[in-house]
Amino acid sequence: MYPSRFHYEAPSTLDEAFEAIEAYGDEAKILAGGMSLIPLIKLRFAAPACIVDINNIPGLDYLEEESDGSLRIGALCRHRTLERSSLLRNNYPVMFATAPLIADPMVRNRGTLVGSICHADPQGDWASVMLSLGGEIIARNAEGRERSIPVSQFVVGPFQNSLQTGEIAVAAKVPPARGTRTGTYLKLERRVGDFATVGVAINLEMSGGTINRAGIALTGVGGNNIQCTSAEQSLAGKSLNASTIDQAARLAADAAQPKNDVRGSIEYKRHIVYTFVQRGLSSREARAA
Amino acid sequence: MAQALDEIKIGGLGASRKRVEDDRFLVGKGNYIDDFKLPGMLHMEILRSPLAHARIKSIDTSKAWQIPGVHMVLTGDMAAQHNLAWMPTISYDTQPVLATDKVRFQGQEIACVVADDPYIAKDGCEAIVVEYEPLPVIVNPYQAVAEGAPIIRDDKEGQTDNICYRWEVGDREGTERAFAQADLVSKIELHYPRSHPSPIECCGSIADYNAATTKLTVYMTTQAPHIIRAAVAIVAELPEHMIRVISPDIGGGFGNKVPVYPGYVCSILCSILLARPVKWIEDKTGNLISTHYARDIYYKGELALRKDGKILGVRFHCDTDNGMSFSDAQPTKFKIGLIHSAFAAYGIPFGYMTAQGHYTNKAPGGVAYRCSFRVTEAMFFQERQIHAAADDLGMDQAEFRRVNLVKDDQFPFRTPYGFLLDSGQYEKCLDVALNAIGYKEFLREKEEARAQGRRLGIGISTMTEPLGAGNSREYDILGIKMFDSAELRVHPSGKAILKIGSKTQGQGHETTFAQIVTHELGIPAADILVQHGDTDNTPFGMGTYASRSTPTAGAATSMVARKIRAKARKLAAHLLEVSDEDVEWELGRFYVRGAPNRGVTIQECAMAAYGNMPDGMEPGLENNAYYDPPNMTWPFAAYIVTVEVDPETGVWDVLRMVAVDDCGVRINPMIVEGQIMGGMAEAFAMANMQFITYDAEGNCVGSNYMDYLLPTAWETPGFELHEVVTPSPHHPIGAKGIGECACVGGPAAFVNAVHNALDDLRIRNIDMPLLPHRVWEAMKYKRDVSGMPPLKTEAG
Amino acid sequence: MEERRINVVVNGEPVSVDVEPRILLAHFLREIMGLTGTHIGCDTTNCGVCTVLVDGLPMKSCTMFAVMTDGHEVTTVEGLGMPSELHPIQQGFREEHGLQCGFCTPGMMLASKAILDENPNPTEEDVRWGLAGNLCRCTGYQNIVKAVLWAAEKMRSEGGAYVLGGRSRR
Repeated sequence: MYPSRFHYEAPSTLDEAFEAIEAYGDEAKILAGGMSLIPLIKLRFAAPACIVDINNIPGLDYLEEESDGSLRIGALCRHRTLERSSLLRNNYPVMFATAPLIADPMVRNRGTLVGSICHADPQGDWASVMLSLGGEIIARNAEGRERSIPVSQFVVGPFQNSLQTGEIAVAAKVPPARGTRTGTYLKLERRVGDFATVGVAINLEMSGGTINRAGIALTGVGGNNIQCTSAEQSLAGKSLNASTIDQAARLAADAAQPKNDVRGSIEYKRHIVYTFVQRGLSSREARAA
Repeated sequence: MAQALDEIKIGGLGASRKRVEDDRFLVGKGNYIDDFKLPGMLHMEILRSPLAHARIKSIDTSKAWQIPGVHMVLTGDMAAQHNLAWMPTISYDTQPVLATDKVRFQGQEIACVVADDPYIAKDGCEAIVVEYEPLPVIVNPYQAVAEGAPIIRDDKEGQTDNICYRWEVGDREGTERAFAQADLVSKIELHYPRSHPSPIECCGSIADYNAATTKLTVYMTTQAPHIIRAAVAIVAELPEHMIRVISPDIGGGFGNKVPVYPGYVCSILCSILLARPVKWIEDKTGNLISTHYARDIYYKGELALRKDGKILGVRFHCDTDNGMSFSDAQPTKFKIGLIHSAFAAYGIPFGYMTAQGHYTNKAPGGVAYRCSFRVTEAMFFQERQIHAAADDLGMDQAEFRRVNLVKDDQFPFRTPYGFLLDSGQYEKCLDVALNAIGYKEFLREKEEARAQGRRLGIGISTMTEPLGAGNSREYDILGIKMFDSAELRVHPSGKAILKIGSKTQGQGHETTFAQIVTHELGIPAADILVQHGDTDNTPFGMGTYASRSTPTAGAATSMVARKIRAKARKLAAHLLEVSDEDVEWELGRFYVRGAPNRGVTIQECAMAAYGNMPDGMEPGLENNAYYDPPNMTWPFAAYIVTVEVDPETGVWDVLRMVAVDDCGVRINPMIVEGQIMGGMAEAFAMANMQFITYDAEGNCVGSNYMDYLLPTAWETPGFELHEVVTPSPHHPIGAKGIGECACVGGPAAFVNAVHNALDDLRIRNIDMPLLPHRVWEAMKYKRDVSGMPPLKTEAG
Repeated sequence: MEERRINVVVNGEPVSVDVEPRILLAHFLREIMGLTGTHIGCDTTNCGVCTVLVDGLPMKSCTMFAVMTDGHEVTTVEGLGMPSELHPIQQGFREEHGLQCGFCTPGMMLASKAILDENPNPTEEDVRWGLAGNLCRCTGYQNIVKAVLWAAEKMRSEGGAYVLGGRSRR
C-alpha cells in the first residue's frame, strides 16, 4: 500500500490542468474522486508519472438540468450528491436507484460519476445507467473545444475509454426524456458495497402506457457494460404486459456475455439478467407510469 | 455490624463491568504494533511469489541494492547462511522462511527489503527480478494423491508422496458391530471450505537487537508471547533469557496470530544483521494469502441408526488440505486437532474415525480459527450429519436431537473417542431455544408459505465443545504442557497488580481477570491492574486461543488469589489476636467467628503484610499459581436460525437467529454476550460468503477484501441471546469459556436452515458458503453442489 | 525528491508541512502528525478503519494523498473527544460494549458521527446502512448499532451541539 513516486499538480483552472497533461501526455492521470485510481496506484497496478488533481478547479461540482431538459453532471459531482438529489428522485429513477448502491458511504462521499465512467470498469454501475439513459460524456481539449461522446462509444474496452490524449472529461450529460421516465437499477451483489455480480439498468420513457424509448443495460456480465439493443427495440412503441416483459427479459439475457467465476456460472448470471429485467419491468413503479 | 460488600457493585463475578481497555481505545490511544516507533528504526517489506508452484531459476537483487535508502535485500540463500531459510513448524514439519529452491504456493516469501521507510522498501521489492520455471499445480487433496501428481515436498528426504500424516482414533470393531445392528445407515459427504481468520489488523513485528547487550526485544502481534519466545530461541538459536517478546494491543487475532511467520523471522534476522530496529507490517494480501488459513477439510461420515431414532454408532473419515507444509497449530499429540470431539453431545456408544493430511500448492496452516483446534469443523460436520440423519429417518429435527443428547444424570459422560464431558443441561438448552424461536408456529408458517411458493426454513445446531486445553497428561505443544499461570501482587494500600500468561486480542482480559480477583478477595475491580503480553514481566503461559484463557489462566487467577487469601487469613488472625481457625471469611473481610463486628478488611491485611506481620512470617503479599486443568470444560449451545430463500435467485435472508449458550458461570455477562455475537457474525459469514478458493493455476481467489468477503453491519443479522448456567464442576469458579462457541456451532444452524427451506427437493448438501448461485443450482437441478477447488473459470 | 507544502487544519489546529505527494493521508496522520488513532486495515479501500472526517465528511484516509487535503480540515479520533470529556458516541461505544479489540473503533465512531450529523434520529436500519463501509470482526455489529443509537438519544436529549475535543484543546 505504498505508491510509486509521481509528480503532482493541483491546478486551479482547467487551462492549468491542460498545461500539466500536455507536459506529461499519456503519463498524466486526472484525479477527481480517486476512488478507482488511487487503489490502483496503491497496489502499483498503475504508476502514472504525473497526477493532475482537478479538485481545486471551481465550477465542476454541479448537477443541473439545462433549459432543453437535458441533465449535466459535472466532473466533480460526487455520488453523495446524486444519492441525495430530489431532482434525480423525481425525474431520473434509474440514477436515483443506483447512487446508494455504489460502494459504501465513504467512497460515495468522494467518488464521482464521471470518474467512474472514465475508469470503464466492466463491473462499474454508472456506465450501464448512462447507456440506459442514452447518456454522453463531454470531453474538452486544451483549446476549449468540447465534444459529446455517447457512452456507448466512450467505453471501448475493459478499463479503456475513447478520450484522446490531451482531453479531459468535464461532464456527463443525459438527454431530455421522451415522455415520463420510470426505471430502476437492480444489482446482485454478494455483500453491500461489492461490485455487481449482475447489474441491470432499466430506463423507460413513456407517454400514457406506451414506451417511447426503452433503455436496458447490463453490468458485470461482459468485457464492457452491455447495452441490450434488441431488448430495447422490442419494447419501443409497446406497452408493458407479461409477454412484452418476458420477451425483453429473454433478449437481454441473450445479450449478456458472462463468464464462469467465483460469482457464479454463465447460466446463473444469464438467469439473473432475465429475472432482474423481468422484475424491473414488472415493478410497481414501471407499471404505474 | 459491618455492611457486607455488594460483589456486583465492586465489579466481581457477574458484574457487567464496563471495560478498562476502552479508556485508551475510545480516544485513539491504543498501542498496536504499527503505533510503535523506535529510534533508528528501519522498515521491511516482503516480495512474494506470483506463482503457486515453480522452480526459481534466478533472483537478481542488484537494482534494489542501488536504491537510495535501501539497507538490506535479504534472499533465501542469505538466510540459509544463518540456517534460517527453513524453520520448524509446531506439527514437526518444516516451512520455508524465504524460498531457495522452489516456490510452493502463491504468496510465498521470496525476499525482503529493509529501507528507511516502507515506501522505499516497496520500491526495492519492485526492483527485484525473479525468473521462474512453472510446475504443475495441486489445489485439493484428491489431486495430491492422484497418479502422476508432482511431489510438492521434494525437499524432504524420503517424502515420496503428498501425504503429510495419517491418524485414527476410536473403537473400530465396536463401531463395526454397531453398524451391523443398524436399521438404517445415514451418509453424507461435506467440505468445510478454506477460510482465513482475517483480523482487521494484519501481522507485524519490530525486532530490536541490541548488539551491545545482545538482548533481542521483539514487539509482535502474537496471541502466545511465551511460546513465541521459546520458538525464537529454538529457530534463531538465541538464549531464551536474552529474548523479550512484547505483544502489545492486538487488532483481532482469532487464531491467525498464534504461529510464527516468515515475516517475524526475517525482521529478527535483519535486525541482528543491521544492529538496528526493523519494523515489518504485513499488508492485507500478504496476510490473506500467506499466513495460516483455517478449515479446508473434506468429510465422509455415516451414522448407524435405530428406527426409533437412537444413534448406535458413528464413523467418519477426514481428508485435510494442509497446503505446502504441515503446520497445524494444535496440541502435538493430535494430528487433526480435536476433531474427534464431533458427536460428543449425543451419547453415542461407539465411534471410529480416520484422517489423512495432504500437501498441496496452497498456503500452509490449519490454525484454530476461533475454535479449539479443528472443533469448528467437527461441530459443523456433526450438525450437518445429524440434520441429514433426521431427514432420513423422517424424524423432526428437534426430536431427533432430544432422543440422542446426553441426559443431565449421565455426567460426567465418557464419549466413544475418549473425552469426558464435565456437566450440562443439554435438553433444557434446546427447549429454551425452541420456545424462543416459536418452533411449532414456525413450522406451520413454513407450510403456509410453501403453499404460496415461498421458501422458509429452520435450522438447528446443538453442540458441546472441549475448551481449555488442557490437562498435562494429554496436551502439550512441542513438549511444553498446556497449563497457564497468574501472578498477583497486593500492594500495601490494598491495590493489586495481576500478571497473566495469556494475552487478550479484544476479549477484555484486563476487565474480567480483575473481576476474578475481586470475587476471590473482595478488592474492588477498579483497584486491580491486569498486565499481560510481556515475557520479561509476566509468568509463563501458553497464550490465548481455543477459548482457553478463562478455563486455564482464569483458574490460575482464582488459585493465586486463594493463596493470597490464605496468607491474609494469617495476617488477619494476627491483627485480630485470635488463632487462624477462629477467623471467618466474607467477601473482602475476615472476622472473628461468633463476633462478626470484630474484623479486618483485605486492605488492612495487605498493609500488615508490609508493616505488621507476625513473627516469622515472610513479608509481602504476592504469589503465583500455575494451573494444570484436570479436564477440559464443555460448554453447550443450542442455536436456531430461520431463513427465507428467494426461489428465483438463490439469495437467502436470515429472519431470526436465537442463541442459547451454557458456558457455565459468567464472569462479565456483557463481555460474554459480546463474544457470542462476534462468534455468531463469523458463523453467518462462513455460511453466507466468507471463503478462500483457488483456480486451477493455484491463484488464490480471496486475496484481498474485494474478494474475501466479510459481512458488514448491513447483512449481519440481529441476534437474540438466552442463557442456561451449568457450572463446570472442576473449574474454581465454574466458568467454561465462551469465545468460540457461536463461531463453532453457528455455521451449521444457518446452513441447515437453508437446506430445510429446500427440503422437498431431496438435496443432500450444498457446500459452504451457500452462495446464491450454488443455492439456485441446487434448486434448479435438484442436485448437490460441491465447492471443491479448482474454481471453474472457463468462459463460454 | 519532490515535496509539497500543505496547509491543513488537523483536529482544529492549523499545520503547515512539506510532504511527498505519494504519501497517503493515513500515513501522513500516523507518521508525520503522530496521530496513531487512525488505523490501516486493508489495501483495497474496503475496511474503513482508516476513516477520518475531511471537512466534516467521513473519507477513507488510505485512499487520499495527503497533498489533497491542502486547504481542508481533517478530524481524527483524537479530535473527537478527550478522555476527560468523551463525545457521546465514545460514551455510547463504552456503555453498549461496542468495541472489543478496538482496531475498527476510531473509524467506526467517525462514520457514526457523520450518520448522526445528518440524521439525529436514525433507525437501526439507518445506522446499519450508514456503517456499511466499516468492517468489524469482533462484535457482530449489534452492539455497535446500539452504541450509535445510545449516542443519538443522548445527543437529542441534551440538545446542544458538541464541540469536538480537538477544537477546545490548546
